[in-house]
Amino acid sequence: MTTNEVGSVSAPVSLTVNGTTVERDVAVRTSLADFLREDLRLTGTHLGCEHGVCGACTVLLDGAAVRSCLMLAVQADGTAITTIEGLAAPDGTLSPLQQSFMDHHGFQCAFCAPGFILTAQTLIDRGVPLSREDLRAEISGNLCRCTGYASILESIEAAITEALGPLADSNGAAK
Amino acid sequence: MKFPGFVYHRPTSLEEAVELLGRLGGEAKVLAGGQSLLPVMALRLGQPEHLIDISRVRELDVLAHDEGVVRVGAMVTHAQVEDAPMIRRYAPLLADAMPWIAHRAVRNRGTVCGSLAHADPAAELPAIALALDASLVARSVRGERIIAASDFFEGFLTTSLAPDELLCEVRFPAVAPGTVTAVNEVCRRHGDYAMVGLAASLRRDSAGSIDDIALALFAIGSTAVRATNAENALRGRALTDDTIAAAVTALREELDPPGDNHASPAYRRHVAGVVLDRTLRRFASDAETISGDAA
Repeated sequence: MTTNEVGSVSAPVSLTVNGTTVERDVAVRTSLADFLREDLRLTGTHLGCEHGVCGACTVLLDGAAVRSCLMLAVQADGTAITTIEGLAAPDGTLSPLQQSFMDHHGFQCAFCAPGFILTAQTLIDRGVPLSREDLRAEISGNLCRCTGYASILESIEAAITEALGPLADSNGAAK
Repeated sequence: MKFPGFVYHRPTSLEEAVELLGRLGGEAKVLAGGQSLLPVMALRLGQPEHLIDISRVRELDVLAHDEGVVRVGAMVTHAQVEDAPMIRRYAPLLADAMPWIAHRAVRNRGTVCGSLAHADPAAELPAIALALDASLVARSVRGERIIAASDFFEGFLTTSLAPDELLCEVRFPAVAPGTVTAVNEVCRRHGDYAMVGLAASLRRDSAGSIDDIALALFAIGSTAVRATNAENALRGRALTDDTIAAAVTALREELDPPGDNHASPAYRRHVAGVVLDRTLRRFASDAETISGDAA
């Protein structure tokens, strides 16, 4: 640990990224997003607003969606991260959710797609049936500046339907 | 927007954290989930010289209901609160607030105490703390201090915490049986900061008259506020068209909201009344709903 007076300005981190153990020294001011992109060259994690609004940089931290622009790499020490590169099988076969985006034209410019896909992946992993209204609320933290939301929703809905059964039309009973 | 440089500290005990904060004081900021602090740093609204990361301080993980008090420690995230049946049962107003707070990806990291210490006047949780008469537990090398929510929020992003004090825990009194609660707000898009918001808690006696009421407004000034005149207009009365109208009038008269590029003072005052009206009408029509039920 490189120290400055009493604390550190760089620190070792040890974490799992897409199933592989990674150990590096990082400057403590480095965001998790920049660590993934610059240090590990995993450039599938996209940086849009860099202050937590757009959702493009969403990754999974121990299975939960988080903004990688609003985390320091040192805060991810000891965790397991999944990025968009971690979804496809080793032979390149796309995950069902990725394939659904292909099949339903969920990609326009696709800058936002990694964030949408990882956010949607948590809904499938959670395994709780949801309505279309729930789905819209769940992905409302991800922005698509092409405004291609209809096909993004169709892509996610088809994958969720496959995994969990059809979505209800509306919320029905309150949450 | 990259973070400005800082010196990083990661204490592993409360004692060590408090000692660091005592030594570094005004030059340090406490990092819990970072969902308010890191954007502030990214936008260069703040450039602390030291960050004290409290995520390894196990004493701050407490999420418990003990003898009528709901305790939420400084490392408890919004998502943990949102997912805890205990919170829905004993602090339903806190549970009501969760879906309004940003988005799940932010709630997975952001903490309840962090939001309180950040003291954004448009945030939900300061209003919840005011409505529930929460107590905030601060620690420093000088000892422990328990601060009433009504004494905690001093102004825009300003609290009564001293530079060497760590907000360790917030305590909410467990809800009384028969209480109904709701959080309602108007914002441009769901998950954005509110233009006007209301946290409301109300209990009626067997005859239907209100014997306990708390109305806290947010995004209407430099801090969240209790609407005492509107509360007084309702206390001891039943919810009827007339009493609801009187409360709405009292609320609009007591508020003095600021204008900004999203809403004028007159618009905010109007919408505050609309939000109160909607909330009270729902309480009136959901007379059978009692605390502990899914809201």
